[in-house]
Amino acid sequence: MDGIIIAITVFVLALFVGVEIITKVPPTLHTPLMSGSNAISGITLVGALLAAGAQHTMLSTVLGLAAIIMATINVVAGFLVTHRMLDMFRRKE
Amino acid sequence: MRDAIIQLAYLVAAVMFIFGLKGLSRPRTAARANLIGATGMLLAVVVTLFDQRILSYELIVIGGVIGALVGAFLAMRVEMTGMPEMVALLNAFGGGASALVAGASLYETVPFTGSAPLDFLIAAMISTLIGAVTFSGSLVAAAKLRGLINDAGKSISGQQLLNAALLMGAILISLWLVLNPTQLWLFWLVVLLSVVLGVTLVMPIGGADMPVVIALFNSYSGLAASATGFVLNNNALIITGSLVGASGLILTNIMCKAMNRSLANVLFGVAGASATGPAADEVYAGKVKSTSPDEVAMLLEGAQRVVFVPGYGMAVAQAQHAVRGLSDRLDKLGAEVEFAIHPVAGRMPGHMNVLLAEAEIPYDKLKEMDEINPTLGQVDVAVVIGANDVVNPLARTDPTSPIAGMPILDVDKARSVVVLKRSLSPGFAKIANPLFAADNTLMLFMDAKQGVQEMITALDELTE
Repeated sequence: MDGIIIAITVFVLALFVGVEIITKVPPTLHTPLMSGSNAISGITLVGALLAAGAQHTMLSTVLGLAAIIMATINVVAGFLVTHRMLDMFRRKE
Repeated sequence: MRDAIIQLAYLVAAVMFIFGLKGLSRPRTAARANLIGATGMLLAVVVTLFDQRILSYELIVIGGVIGALVGAFLAMRVEMTGMPEMVALLNAFGGGASALVAGASLYETVPFTGSAPLDFLIAAMISTLIGAVTFSGSLVAAAKLRGLINDAGKSISGQQLLNAALLMGAILISLWLVLNPTQLWLFWLVVLLSVVLGVTLVMPIGGADMPVVIALFNSYSGLAASATGFVLNNNALIITGSLVGASGLILTNIMCKAMNRSLANVLFGVAGASATGPAADEVYAGKVKSTSPDEVAMLLEGAQRVVFVPGYGMAVAQAQHAVRGLSDRLDKLGAEVEFAIHPVAGRMPGHMNVLLAEAEIPYDKLKEMDEINPTLGQVDVAVVIGANDVVNPLARTDPTSPIAGMPILDVDKARSVVVLKRSLSPGFAKIANPLFAADNTLMLFMDAKQGVQEMITALDELTE
């Protein structure tokens, strides 16, 4: 049961870090914030890699492969599109 | 030892994500911050590949290549006006991936051991439920924003009852699975109920409420990733998911405040269904003054201070580049030009800012509502481009109005107001707007892009 308590602790502390950081983001950058935070939520990719690579059962492997595709789209498109937007904000410096 | 290094690398990746988000607090550092975040992701992926549990790389390469190609294609092709759909689509993929990973974890653990730790099972079912709802709900949102599904806020009778039943069903079946882990087929039943719930939840929500929906699902996709982190006992996922969850919730809250509505009201209430307010004929009859681009150009030529108020109509007409052209000319004529941005203008948080940035309008000209409202009384000409409810003075004056108490841009206080709009049709709140009939208002009934372009032509002729 120790592991779960530590995990919950990490979760709650990260929530506070998130609130602290995000409230400082100006409204001008709210769209890049959404796409950028979206990209990092594609961290699920890590779990997908383990599921597809471990090849325990046929079903878990297939689910893992589908998850890899979805999460990679999420990550790649998320970072790229955020970059495109932020470039526009930087141009007029 | 190897495991410890991998875990530490995950921690480094999580810290890089934190710096990535922190850098977004200033436009100047934002692009670099995004690169830091992307590098963190690369690090997390690379160290995962060294995990001893991974036996084969073929499928990983195949999946990765497909995902990367599709992702890059989507990201390079999307128009800035299509950004709300894009973010909705990405939310869908993030949520879907989390639900799938939870399913895979169940199927690779339970059949071999016959059981699993309680916390593992609970986390897996939370991840499944939230992930699947996010997946289907975001897809519906994206389809509505694309215009593939009618985006009117319709309510089916018994809507809330249906949603509640679906949610309760999904939770009870999840509990059943947690108590009887060998009944893995229940996982698919939860997926099914959650997918249906996502659809029925978003279907009745109309276009102008989409900023709230997108922000909320952004949060959910993070929470689903976090739940997956509990499943896999992986801190990188827990921390990152938690950050994104917080981010989405804050944005949701900002959007709700900007509409003076509660989250429950946005999700379950039916906005604009009961249009209480003065009838359109009563408000507009004989009082609306129509104008021409030439007349507006004359007005603008003599103005010292001009404020543009962009709305969804500007996005639809792709008028942002034309607006930039007009703003440049007014700049040259010595006028002070600013842009007043309402928090819920457009279809997602920050939508207008991105469009104006695309047209290379410097961001210091973009003013937030609270910043510009006190000075709108000293503005010579306010040009409203495709916005309606966010400039409706009824929000201040009529306590029975559906938008009563919603903070608005006090455009009606400007000396002259020009409203560029195709017709007098009501906005999302389905109520008449007395601003259009005000003494100091001129209506220019045109498409936003065409209207602004003709203003530019007229202004050029005047100043030659």
